[in-house]
Amino acid sequence: MDAIVVDRLEKRFNGFTAVDKISFSVKKGELFGFLGPNGAGKSTTIYMLTTLLSPTSGSAKVNGFDVGTQADDVRKSIGIVFQDPTVDTRLSAYDNLDIHGMLYGMDGPSRKARIREVMELIELSDWQDKMVKTFSGGMRRRLEIARGLMHTPNILFLDEPTLGLDPQTRRHIWSYIEKLKRQGITIMLTTHYLEEADFLCDRVAIVDHGAIKVLDTPKRLKGMIGGNVVRVSSSEPQKLAEVVKRKGFADKPRMDETVVSFDVKDGGKALPKILEAAIGAGIEVESIELRVPSLEDVFIHYTGSSIRSEKGAGDMMMAMRRSRGY
Amino acid sequence: MAIEPVKIYAVWLREIKRFLNSKSRMVGSLAMPLLFLVALGGGFSSFLPAGSVPGGVSYSTYLLPGIVAMTILFTSIFSGVSIIWDREFGFLKEMLAAPTGRENIVFGRTLGGATTAIIQGLMILVIGLVITGAPLPSPLHMAGAFVFMSFLSCFLVAVGIAIASTLQEVETFQLVMNLIVMPLFFLSNALIPIEKMPGILKGVTTLNPITYAVDGLRDLMIGQGTLGLPLDFAVCLVGFIVALAVATYLFSKTAI
Ligand SMILES: Nc1ncnc2c1ncn2[C@@H]1O[C@H](COP(=O)(O)OP(=O)(O)OP(=O)(O)O)[C@@H](O)[C@H]1O
Ligand SMILES: [Mg+2]
Repeated sequence: MDAIVVDRLEKRFNGFTAVDKISFSVKKGELFGFLGPNGAGKSTTIYMLTTLLSPTSGSAKVNGFDVGTQADDVRKSIGIVFQDPTVDTRLSAYDNLDIHGMLYGMDGPSRKARIREVMELIELSDWQDKMVKTFSGGMRRRLEIARGLMHTPNILFLDEPTLGLDPQTRRHIWSYIEKLKRQGITIMLTTHYLEEADFLCDRVAIVDHGAIKVLDTPKRLKGMIGGNVVRVSSSEPQKLAEVVKRKGFADKPRMDETVVSFDVKDGGKALPKILEAAIGAGIEVESIELRVPSLEDVFIHYTGSSIRSEKGAGDMMMAMRRSRGY
Repeated sequence: MAIEPVKIYAVWLREIKRFLNSKSRMVGSLAMPLLFLVALGGGFSSFLPAGSVPGGVSYSTYLLPGIVAMTILFTSIFSGVSIIWDREFGFLKEMLAAPTGRENIVFGRTLGGATTAIIQGLMILVIGLVITGAPLPSPLHMAGAFVFMSFLSCFLVAVGIAIASTLQEVETFQLVMNLIVMPLFFLSNALIPIEKMPGILKGVTTLNPITYAVDGLRDLMIGQGTLGLPLDFAVCLVGFIVALAVATYLFSKTAI
């Protein structure tokens, strides 16, 4: 039996389709990723799978329970780390976890034992009696993860677990997630960080405008695009793309501001040809780069735009929201 | 609808812990009622002719139950409406995602808010007895006042939750305090005996449930009620039941 089975799940908000009849399933013990830009419908999907939003149509089973008719059973068997912070900053870390345990029906001794375990996992044992308002953003995120695990769920949902965190803290959180994966828990995470999806996930679904564009292992996704990618930064990207296409060196050039990317079979042979074509056409080349395809290339291939250019502002907003005290 | 005492307790406990973790806030919320008691009570006592308030008691003694009711009114509604802040700062999602019905969240929240309001009301009562030199009520009357305060505060926290579930926007928080709480206080008999009011004010005051709360407390604390304890109690009890039902309904309808 799969841990999560989603069948033509749809969510519309007053006529606007946020999630467009998606179907997928997540195997037990799998680390499944939802990769997509702002507004792709990642959080909305998580809300439906965690029974906080009811779908407009379609169905989903989580741990074998229907999200519509067996909400309580679903809730008991899952842990959730929301995109926006939800810990109570006016309580100590210990009390946050303790009250969570009570809400999930755990008895006193098991709460106590479990708090020790999860605080050790996220390396905050020394901080358990401190008020959460004294915690940094990264520590709060870790505490949220600890709380999501408090009642030993079978499935953990992580909605953008490293959003707005510095690279070092992100690495830390990745290491906890990997540790959890080794313990056999099923994890569904959303992210808009390509490295994160690539590094952590067993399988990744690339989502855009509420729909799954493609779903596979990061390795196979990258394999879908030729052998190499040649990225050329120049003053006339449009013209360069046309020239290279006309000469038949690469058929599907992708533009991102001043950079054109070409998917080629053998980068070593294609690179001099492309350069020669550029010089022949009088195009000034600023830099040229040869690499194996990344998830970013896959992402651009399937959605037609770079994930990075749309972000930034959203991240800033989140970081500001997080740092605001309560 | 399934009542789960443990989950109600969890929500209650959170309120209590938050209350204990912010003592400075409590001092702040006691300051205003005490100011009212000292400034108005002290000021008007020397200014009002004898016999202005019924029963031959001093004005500050007469005022004390009104100020206790005021403390409970402000802190209870404030506590209920604070759900707006839980929504804004996310903790509401943690509660809504838990495997329990929303009614348990409303009940826990109501009991938690009421507990903190009663504690503050009792503190004002005790400090007020010392300041005004009012005679100490008998233990039976004290117990009666306590029961009365309990229903009153549960009633008002539920009103706050109902308001918060309807408005949902942080910006409306101050509006609620100004447009609902202040009129409830000033258009009651907390400061002025109902018998001494001009006709139209008297009419409005009679429709205000806070009037019955003040009257009941006045009856129990200083023996100066005029509307009758059974009626006072009935208004608070019915208010509590209606408000809790409405709050539970409205809260269960709110989205995340
Ligand atoms: N309650 C709502 N009412 C109306 N529209 C909504 C609501 N919630 C989400 N949406 C819209 O649905 C779309 C998907 O939103 P969602 O939050 O699921 O995106 P996301 O992939 O999580 O994006 P992000 O990376 O910014 O978190 C957005 O266009 C959003 O504006
Ligand atoms: Mg989101």
